[in-house]
Formats: sequence, C-alpha cells, structure tokens
Amino acid sequence: MFEGKKVVAFGERDGVQGPAIAECLSAAGAEVVFTVTECIV
Amino acid sequence: MTAVLKGASSILAHTPDLVPLGSKPTREIPRFEGLGEQCLAHLRSYREAVAYPPNQVFIGNIRPDELAEMKQPWWRNLTADAFREGPYGEIMPQDEFYGLLKAADAFDLIWLEEGFQSQIAAKLRLHPLLGDLKGLGGGRTIAEIRDKLARNEALPLNLGCDLVGCVCQAHEEDEALSASVILEGLSAKASAFLALRHLLARVNPTDPRDIDYLLDFSEGAVGDRYQRGGGNIAKAIGEMAGCLNATGADVKAFCCAPTHAIAIAAALVQAGTFDEVALLGGGSLPKLGMKFQFHVKKDMPILEDTLAAIAILIGKDDGVSPVIRTDAIGVHPICAGASAKEIYEEVAVKPLNKLGKRITDIDKYSTELHNPEITVAAGRPDTPLINYRALGALACLRGEIGKEAMGDFVRTYGMPGFSPTQGHIPAAIPFMGHARDMIMAGRIENTMFMAKGSLFLARMTDLSDAVSVIIERNPATRKEVS
Repeated sequence: MFEGKKVVAFGERDGVQGPAIAECLSAAGAEVVFTVTECIV
Repeated sequence: MTAVLKGASSILAHTPDLVPLGSKPTREIPRFEGLGEQCLAHLRSYREAVAYPPNQVFIGNIRPDELAEMKQPWWRNLTADAFREGPYGEIMPQDEFYGLLKAADAFDLIWLEEGFQSQIAAKLRLHPLLGDLKGLGGGRTIAEIRDKLARNEALPLNLGCDLVGCVCQAHEEDEALSASVILEGLSAKASAFLALRHLLARVNPTDPRDIDYLLDFSEGAVGDRYQRGGGNIAKAIGEMAGCLNATGADVKAFCCAPTHAIAIAAALVQAGTFDEVALLGGGSLPKLGMKFQFHVKKDMPILEDTLAAIAILIGKDDGVSPVIRTDAIGVHPICAGASAKEIYEEVAVKPLNKLGKRITDIDKYSTELHNPEITVAAGRPDTPLINYRALGALACLRGEIGKEAMGDFVRTYGMPGFSPTQGHIPAAIPFMGHARDMIMAGRIENTMFMAKGSLFLARMTDLSDAVSVIIERNPATRKEVS
C-alpha cells in the first residue's frame, strides 16, 4: 500500500507514539525516513 | 513489613508575574511586538485563581467526580465557596511565595527590596505553618536591585507593575547556574518545602526528625556545568523542613518519576531499610505559560499561572492507611512496544493478572491528570480522556465490558483532569490525597496510579516509559465476616 513512499512519522506520547506509527507503515511497505515522538503536555 | 500510604499533600503557588519567565514566554515574547503586554493583560488575579474549580480540587476542597458535574468552562464559572486552604494544602499568593523563595535561598541569590521583604516576613510569621522561617531579615535597596538588573546579572521579580526584587546568577560563565536556572531550582525547592510542611504538620502530623529518607521527583535537575543533573534537591528541601535525621536522593524518569519514586520508597520500607520515606515534587518554572499564546488568542485567562507541588509520606503499616501493592508494580520494559495497547497491557493488565484481578476490579484509575481546559484551548487533546478511552478499549477487547459501555467506563473508572500542566505533578499523583481519603472512608476499595514519561525528549532514546502502582484498603480495617 505504501511501497515506494517515504514517510516521516510524528507521534504523540499519549496518542500514538512515533515508533508505533513507523512500525505500521513499514509493514505496509513504506520507507520510514524519520521518526519522532513529542509530548504535548 | 507492609508499606502504606500515610498521607499526601498538594499545594499551589499563584505566581502570575513569573509567567513571562516560563520557557515558552521567554522565547516567544521577544519575537512578537505587543505580546508581552497581551500576556500581562491576560493574567488572573489571586482571587480568580483560588476560585478556579480545578485548583480547589487540587487542594482537596472538591472531589474530582464533583468537578465532572460542574459547568464549563471552569474559568468562567468560578466557585463561590473557594478557600485558600484545603485538606491537602493551600494556594499561596505570589508575594508570600517570593518570601518563601528568599527563605529557600542559601546563597544570597534572591534579593528582595527591604520594605517588601520586611512586610512579607511579617506576613509569613502569621502563617500557621511558617512562623519559624529563617533568612528573612534585611533586604536590598531598590537601587541595588536596579543596578544588578542593568548589569544583566539577574532576572526581575515583579509584583504587578512594581519591581520588588531580583534573582541573581550564581556564576558569571556557568549556564547551569544562570539566574533562570537558579530561579527554576529555588521555585522547585520552595514549593516542595511548602508541600512537605503541609504533609508533616497537617495532613499526617509527623515529627520531621522521624523522616529517614527523602526522594525527590521534581521536574528539573539541579547541578553545575560539570554535572547538570547532579542533585540532590531532596536533601536541600529536607534541610529546610527540619528533617535532620534524613538524607535522600533525586529520582529522574521524566513524568513517571513520581510512580518510580513510590515504588522505590515502598520497597525501602518493606525491606526494613527505612521506616518513614517522604517523596517530594516541586513546581516547574519553565512550564508556566507554556500555552499562553493560545489562551491570549482565545481571550481567556492564562491558566498556567501556578506552580504546583506534592509531597507523599510512605511508611510502615499503621493498620489503617491504604497499602501499596509492591507485589504488583506495573512497568513498561525496554522490550515492550510503544502502542497504547502494548503500554496498557504491560502497565495495567500484567500487574492485575498477578493479583488475579481484571481491569474492572480497580475502582478508580488515576492517569495523566492534566487540566483539559489548558490543553484543549491550545488545540491539543484532553489527555486524561484519551488515556481512559485507551484503557476502556483494552477492557472492551478483553471482553470485560461491552462496546456500548465505553462512555460509562470513562465516567466510572476515570475522572476529569484538574492539575496544572506542571510536568511530573499531573502524572497520576494529584489524586493521591483524594484516593487515600476515599479508600479510608469506604467509598472505593482501591486505585491504580499510572504515569508515563517522555524519555525521548532527552534525545538519548526514542523510548517512553510508564510505571503503575496499586494502593488498596488496609486489610486490618476489613470487618471479619462470620
């Protein structure tokens, strides 16, 4: 689904964290070029 | 030896004139013309801060469940029956807090104008818990203070439009001892001291000399340029509070430092290493006004105008206080995943499994308790709500509740956020005093405190962290059923 796509994963600590997004999108064929999690509080 | 929760105190210091010294305002105000004036125009009065319903919950005059029924926005629907003092602490006004900063200052770095200092010293002598404060004699002339500021060696301490003092840098070249870092450390020390004084003098009267050990879980880290997080602010606070027979250490784990500290303290008591351990969390200066631009834009008061501090006493079983289940501490190990489901599996389900309990066997969950009125106004989520929904979804996946019961799950097992966004402080523990009283009154049987830490912010790992602790009714208080 994401083959050939590059992905930047922005996560949030109390929502969905960056590594979780990256894992999902990698599994869907994306190339994750940057992953970060931020904290809104 | 069982470890019990012997008490918890919660205090606020209303410090509107420190808001411009918070991290975000310090960076943003110089960038936009007029923003400084707008910031000042949106600061609350002390009376408004006291009458703000979440602040009354924080000091224990209102239960969190009652807050859920109160009309929002809370900042526009102030409570008529508001008090400076509550069962867990007080809301201290800014002028007195400046006096407390001075009393916390062992290196003559807080300079207060002599007339102001003498006035505040007199005021604090009348405070029921602070009559013995030392270091409040003397003062500086306003000319000395202005000169220090003109040489860029200090930051101003204002009271409304009046300059009443300054905080000085402690070293000319060491950034770890700059005026802003010194103020950050002294704000944490002074506010945590006030919480500790309330804990030992009112909440659970205890001779400070009976405290064996102190664990600090404050947001900041004190040190110098060679060891920026060197510590040990716990011992500094204990010295100020007269805990003469104690030493201590600082626990660092971002916002789950408080639950780490509870687990460590309970283990130390249970092992017989120490009998009475006091945990301390001071207020965070950098987080004042963190979302102030959004509050200004929405023409609402800047709600991040209070420093918040909490102190917790953990000791040997007294036969009445709720027990800490050291056999079921929840942890998020390095190998665990980062999704909400994986975090809650580790931190909530696994410890419950150890006790043969289900998610719905805990009467109240205390998770991140950030006041949503602060975050939602800034376009951010209602943090407690999303945590309760995630936990409810897990209960649903496990077949403990039906999908239609999700809304009820949040209401029944959760609570609205009521804590200022002061980093470590909102991390589950603002409910500690309420939980103890509600358990001892038989209103609930148990509570799980769950806190998460954003380790990734230090750029050493992309991991987060989480730790949970369960407290439950002391078995000695159960009536035997024949």
